[in-house]
Amino acid sequence: MNNKDLLNLIDITVSFEGFLALNKLNLNLKKGELRAVIGPNGAGKTTFLDVITGKVKPTKGEVIFKGKSLVGKKEHKIARLGVGRKFQSPRIFENLTVKENLEISVTTPKSPLNLINKRIKDEQHNEIDRLMKIVNLAQKVDSKAGSLSHGQKQWLEIAMLVGQKPDLMLVDEPVAGLTDEETDLTADLLKSLSGENTVVVIDHDMEFIRRLDSNVSVLNQGTVLCEGTMETIQKDKKVIDVYLGRPED
Amino acid sequence: MSLSKIKFDKKIVLSFWIILIALIIAAPTLLPVFRLNLLGRYLSLSIVALGVDLIWGYTGLLSLGQGIFFALGGYCAAMYLQITSSSEFPNNIPEFFALYGVEKLPFFWEPFRSPIFTFFAIWIIPALVAGIIGFLVFRNRIKGVYFSILTQASLLVFFNFFNGQQKLINGTNGLKTDVTQLFGQMVGSESMQRLFFWITAILVITAWFFAKWVVKGRFGNILIGIRDDEPRVRFTGYNPVIFKTIIFSIAGGLAGISGALYTVQSGIVSPQFMTVPFSIEMVIWVAVGGRGTLLGAILGAVFINYAKSLVSEALPASWMFIQGGLFILVVTALPEGVLGWIQGDGPRNLLQRFGLKRKIETYPSLEVNNKEGHNE
Repeated sequence: MNNKDLLNLIDITVSFEGFLALNKLNLNLKKGELRAVIGPNGAGKTTFLDVITGKVKPTKGEVIFKGKSLVGKKEHKIARLGVGRKFQSPRIFENLTVKENLEISVTTPKSPLNLINKRIKDEQHNEIDRLMKIVNLAQKVDSKAGSLSHGQKQWLEIAMLVGQKPDLMLVDEPVAGLTDEETDLTADLLKSLSGENTVVVIDHDMEFIRRLDSNVSVLNQGTVLCEGTMETIQKDKKVIDVYLGRPED
Repeated sequence: MSLSKIKFDKKIVLSFWIILIALIIAAPTLLPVFRLNLLGRYLSLSIVALGVDLIWGYTGLLSLGQGIFFALGGYCAAMYLQITSSSEFPNNIPEFFALYGVEKLPFFWEPFRSPIFTFFAIWIIPALVAGIIGFLVFRNRIKGVYFSILTQASLLVFFNFFNGQQKLINGTNGLKTDVTQLFGQMVGSESMQRLFFWITAILVITAWFFAKWVVKGRFGNILIGIRDDEPRVRFTGYNPVIFKTIIFSIAGGLAGISGALYTVQSGIVSPQFMTVPFSIEMVIWVAVGGRGTLLGAILGAVFINYAKSLVSEALPASWMFIQGGLFILVVTALPEGVLGWIQGDGPRNLLQRFGLKRKIETYPSLEVNNKEGHNE
C-alpha cells in the first residue's frame, strides 16, 4: 500500500454460506491506471465488483478507497465517493430518453431538493452534449433508451458512467454482444478514459483485453492468480492451466 | 411522425380538460343536488387516485393501504366539525361521548378546536404517518409483493384500532358531519354541499397540477428509474429510500385531503374507509384509467364510481361482478389502462385489425412495441 494507490483490497474474503466466492483477494490500483481483470466463470469477478461497490459486504478484509474504508457503506454513498459501475448486461432506464438517462448521471448534488427545484446547470448541459458526441448518440437524444440497439445501450451506459465523473470506473463486460468494430471503438474509448480516471475492465474477450494494452489480473477461485502484462500472463503456466489453455475457452 | 403524434395527444388532453372544466362549471346548475353531491364525492376520490398513480404508476410501489391516510384526513375534518358544533351537548363535547360515559374530551381532540390546526392536520398528519411507515419499510429494502402485503397489514391494524375505540372516536359508528355546523350553516345543507363541490373541483385541478410538477423533470425521472431498476439508481449515487419516502408521503397527504373532502360530502367518516376492498378499489381506478398518466387516475376514479352508482341503482348487487370484469379486461387487454391505450398505439392498432387503416411498414417489428419510439 502506498499513497499513489487509489484502491487497495486487502485479504478480501466473501463467503456465501460456506462457499468462498472470494478467498483472501489482494489487489492494488494506482491512480490513472487501466486494469483488466480476467478469469474463468465463477472465478469471482462480479463478486469482486460487488464488494467494491457495496452490494456485497465482505466476510473478512478491507477495502480502502482514497484512504477511506468502504466496508459497510451503502451503495449510493460509495457511488458519491467516486466509484462508478457499468453492469454486465446494459442497465439503463429504458423508459427514459437518452438525454434523461444522462441527466440522471451528471446531476450533482443528487438530493431530492436539488432535483425538484433547480434547472439543470449549463455546464451539465454541455457535459451531456459532449458525452452524446463521444458515444455517437447525438441523433438519438430524445429517443427512449429502450429503443436503442444493444451496442448503443452499452455505450449509453458507458456514457452514464463517465457522466458520473467517478475516480474509479468499474466496467463489467463492456463488449458483450458488440460487433468487432464496436468492440474496437469501445477499447479506444476506455483507453482514452484512463489516465484521468482509473478504470477496471472485466471481460472474457482476449482480443479486446489485448487491445486495451494494460496490466492484467487473472482471478481464479476467488483469488488473484497472477498479475502482469498480457505477454507475461500468456506465458504463465498457472494461467495456461486454469484458463487460457482450455480448449473450450 | 413524432410531432403530429405529440400534437394529437395534446389535443386529446386539452379537449378532455375543456370538457371537464365545462362540466364542473355547468354541474351545479344542471345536476340535481343529489347527483352533484355524488359527483363531488367522486371528484374527491380522484385526489387519492392521483396519489396512487404517483406511488404505483410512477414509482412502482403498489400500496394497498391508502385507506389509512384517506381515513385519517376524514377523521381530522370530522373531529373539527364535531367539536365546533358541540356547544349544546353535555360538557360541551360531541354528543356520542355521553353514550360511553366520557365526560372529558380526550386530549388529542383539543387541537382540533382550531380551524387553522385542522386545515394543516388534514394533509400533514396523513403525510407524516405515511412518511414514517414508508421510511421504515423502504429503509429495510422491503419491496414488491412484500411491500403490498405490509401496507395491507397496516391498513388492518389501523382499521381494528379505529373500530374498537368507542370512547375516543366513536368506534365502528364513526363521526357524523352532516348535522354539524360550519360558518353557521348545516354541513349537510344544499348550499354547503354546493360550496364543497366547488372546493373539491378546484382542489382536484390543483392536485393534478401539483402531481404534474412533481413528476416532470429529473425528480420524476428518478421515480421512474426506481420503478424500472432501483439498484441502478443506487449505484448512480441516489438514495432511493429518500425519494420513495417523499413520494409515499406526498401520496399520503393527497389521500388525507381526499378523505376530508369525501367525508364532508358523504356526511360521515367511519372505519369503513379503512376496509381492504376500498383500498384495492383505489388501485383499480388507476389501473383502469391508466397508470403513470395522472389524468387517467382522475378519470378512472370519477367514471368508475359514477358507473358504480348508476349500475347499483339499476341492477343492485351486480356491481362487484362488473368491477371485477372491468379489472380483468384491463389487465389482459389494456395493460396500460384506457388512457394509456389511447395515448399509445391502441386506436390505430384496432383500426388496423379491422382493416380500416393501412399497416405502417416496419422492418421486423422495429420499435413498434415502444409507444413513443417512433422518432425517425
